[in-house]
Amino acid sequence: MNKIKVKLCMGTTCFVMGASELQELVDILPEKFGDKVEVQCATCLDLCSSSSEGQAPYAMVDYTVISKATVESVINEVERKLKNGQE
Amino acid sequence: MDKNNQATHLKKEILIKTIKAFLSNDFGENTRLIPFEMRPKGSEVPYRCCIYKEREILRNRIIASLGFTMEGADDRVLLSSYAQKALEREKPDEHTLTVLELACKGCVPNRIFVTDLCQGCVARPCLENCKFGAISIVNGKSQIDSSKCKNCTKCIQVCPYYAIVKLVVPCESVCPVDAISKDEQGHARIDFDKCISCGKCVSVCPFGAIHEKSQIIDILLKIRQGKKVVAMIAPSIAGQLPCNIYQLKTALLKCGFSDVVEVAQGADITAKNEAKEFNERMQEGAPFMTTSCCAGYNNLVDKHLSEIAPYRSETKTPMYYTAEICKQKDPEAVTVFVSPCVAKKSEALKNPNVDYVMNYEEMGALFVAYKIELSELEPTPFEVESSREGRNFGITGGVAKSVEAADNGKSEVKAHLVNGINKESIRALKGFAKKGECEFGNLIEVMCCEGGCVGGNDCLNTVRTATKSINDFTKDSKPIAE
Repeated sequence: MNKIKVKLCMGTTCFVMGASELQELVDILPEKFGDKVEVQCATCLDLCSSSSEGQAPYAMVDYTVISKATVESVINEVERKLKNGQE
Repeated sequence: MDKNNQATHLKKEILIKTIKAFLSNDFGENTRLIPFEMRPKGSEVPYRCCIYKEREILRNRIIASLGFTMEGADDRVLLSSYAQKALEREKPDEHTLTVLELACKGCVPNRIFVTDLCQGCVARPCLENCKFGAISIVNGKSQIDSSKCKNCTKCIQVCPYYAIVKLVVPCESVCPVDAISKDEQGHARIDFDKCISCGKCVSVCPFGAIHEKSQIIDILLKIRQGKKVVAMIAPSIAGQLPCNIYQLKTALLKCGFSDVVEVAQGADITAKNEAKEFNERMQEGAPFMTTSCCAGYNNLVDKHLSEIAPYRSETKTPMYYTAEICKQKDPEAVTVFVSPCVAKKSEALKNPNVDYVMNYEEMGALFVAYKIELSELEPTPFEVESSREGRNFGITGGVAKSVEAADNGKSEVKAHLVNGINKESIRALKGFAKKGECEFGNLIEVMCCEGGCVGGNDCLNTVRTATKSINDFTKDSKPIAE
């Protein structure tokens, strides 16, 4: 099975709007899902340029974009993907 | 309340939009349009009863971002006029905080309440344990007579079904000095004679009803007028953004600041002076000395804790020394302290050498508005490199450690850390002053916020990661005692 790739945007906009909290996922995700996921902090995913900064911070779980991302919403998306992958 | 919540998110979004409006070619009109841009016709109404109230509250928030007081504000004045008035203002407003009455929920007063989970049991431990006879059984279930209840919470502890809860008013409960209470309509009101500007109410209000009055427009205007505006960055700033302080300097220069200096430079002076003072006081037989660099604590001593004033160090704050250096170098310079908290705004208002304060949220909003990608910037060196100890001032224990390091073994330093001002720690400090002794140490470091300045109400990063970033950064800095 391919690893699920999680990208956390640490660009200026996302960081100011709350991505600082998302950094916790760098430790949480491997603890929770082992080697099924790969987490990476990206400089800027360039998602904020097309819409309002009100939707930041952004994260990506494979090709799914999560706006107003929180630790919980990212974990939920990873869980959903893992479950779908098993079916 | 967790920093990551929608009320803080909303406040930051508004700051970004206000700054963008200032940078645009029509400040007044673009400010007026912000509520409509954020809640366009037919859009979802996420928080309030209707779109009109949503927009009106956003309008109130923008007025605070423009630096005005909402208490007694005139509803008829257009946002565009407020924007214009902000440009004409000579000095920032006197008080640092403002309550948006319209955004305030008017929470039910603090009280103990029996929920529907009450099973009407036979044991009735709530009834048996209430010392004040406030509980009676009505229709087979417990009920509390609020005129008799003393909020002792005994019934909550003994109920086997967890059916009794304590309803709290977050702002009132968190305020360490009882400066916030309800007016006749039940809305929050700040008593500025008592308020120590600690910013705790700003952080906890779930409705985001308490705002800091921003000075960001005043600062940007000075830059636009071609003045030399110097940013003095507080030590806690390292780790607040995804870049180091050298890249941060580049970013601030890009925004038009003429120079950027580390307040850690002033912290080094504070540490040395305070170490000298500590040594003298100990030789004179003083039982203990408290630090004096936290603005929230200084306000607390000045307004509520005069008994501890003789024990407080006379040494000035890092901001004081840094601003002095900047003004000596160029008396025409406009000095801006870049701050983790609102308390420093109150300190700056009393110090003629500090012209303005920009908090970390406002600084972050500024970078977003300018579309500055911090991590891609080249570093800019500082004229004066500060010490490891000075750069650690913003972490709990950092001030005490630097005084100890600057003392360099001359005195016997035993530090006691007061990590956060609350009712309990105020009682403890009162006790030390009354007894004239502190059994836990002779150097009492007082930090108003838990974790130190990195826990300030305007910080962008979490205390844990910010502390780690500062430690990683400072480990290679030079020691103070060399």
